[in-house]
Amino acid sequence: MEEVSLFAIAINGIFVKNFLLVQFLGLCSFLGVSKETKSATGMSAAVMFVMIMSSTTAFLIYSYILRPFGLTFLTTISFIIIIAALVQLVEFIIRKHSPPLYRSLGIYLPLISTNCAVLGVVILNVRLEYGFLQSVFYGFTAGLGYTMVMLLMSAIREKTSVLNVPAPVIGIPHAFFITTLLSMAFVNFFGVIPT
Amino acid sequence: MAEKTILGEYLRGIIKDNPIHALVLELCPALAVTTSVENAMGMSGAALFVLLGSNIMISALRKHIPPITRIPMFLIIICTFVTIIDMVMEAYTPPLYKSLGIFIPLIVVNCIIIGRAEAYASKNTVKFSIVDAFGIGTGFLIVLVIIGAIRELLGTGAIVLFGFNLINIPITPATFMVLPAGAFMTIGVLMAIVNYSRIRKLKKGA
Repeated sequence: MEEVSLFAIAINGIFVKNFLLVQFLGLCSFLGVSKETKSATGMSAAVMFVMIMSSTTAFLIYSYILRPFGLTFLTTISFIIIIAALVQLVEFIIRKHSPPLYRSLGIYLPLISTNCAVLGVVILNVRLEYGFLQSVFYGFTAGLGYTMVMLLMSAIREKTSVLNVPAPVIGIPHAFFITTLLSMAFVNFFGVIPT
Repeated sequence: MAEKTILGEYLRGIIKDNPIHALVLELCPALAVTTSVENAMGMSGAALFVLLGSNIMISALRKHIPPITRIPMFLIIICTFVTIIDMVMEAYTPPLYKSLGIFIPLIVVNCIIIGRAEAYASKNTVKFSIVDAFGIGTGFLIVLVIIGAIRELLGTGAIVLFGFNLINIPITPATFMVLPAGAFMTIGVLMAIVNYSRIRKLKKGA
């Protein structure tokens, strides 16, 4: 297989295959957290951080433990455990060394262990057969794409929260209609990178 | 509380615990795999299997699982069943497996399944947990199939199920509906309709 260039991975991760708007990964927390910019920023930072960490660890475990010993049927289970353990570890470290960061990031960390976006990134790395650098970079750019959409969405929601919309549309349906428009913009990126 | 009956528990899963609740918890698969009715059914079948397996195991073991470590234990049990269905589908239904893609392994982090484990299976007998799994599974199926049907019909102009052409309407297909944006819009409209009927009911009651 031809090596996929890092640049192509970046464009793919941020725009063409945006996790939230195109691949539908990580939506569960997206709607809850995107109500205001402050929490959206905290959540995005935490997600990006955990994505990079877990794609690094998952790659090492997959290619040096699971594959050589023929244990690939344990992929899902070990990835889940890796992510959960990593999130715990990160939480301990941040709490010990940076209490202000912990206060702003801390409450979002437990949410992440069951975030489909994080598990999605590590599983996609395996399915797309990315190498080490590519995996880590994909984790990073997927996180960037997530952050971008999260910030856009929270800004729009903050601005439009005072609008006078019909009663049944208030809240989540409203958020969905905004997402529809954002997603339509992202559809234009299809085909930018030939697959 | 009234005596639990099997039928009552089953219907509760479909009707009371279901619609809007499930939509929010189930977002990722509900949007991603509902480009066609067939995919929607495949996904809900897989989810039903996992839900059934995990509910049975967890309710059978509920007295042996220490409360402190229950979440990791639940996750491992769920993971086991997800791995089983993942391998079975890869072997027997490769086209479906391909179109569902990474959403099969992602059933693990599906909030509904761990939610049922925590809220129901860990407190009830095996018999009722099985019924609960079927109820919730059917509710999930109904929601996914509705979304899938709307998107497939408007997006391609026809509903094709296992090779049979079920419905064919003479419209120009709006590709928009099978794109991600169409999914967001469908679910937004559906939720607005559910909200609307709920508000009307409240007003009538008041």
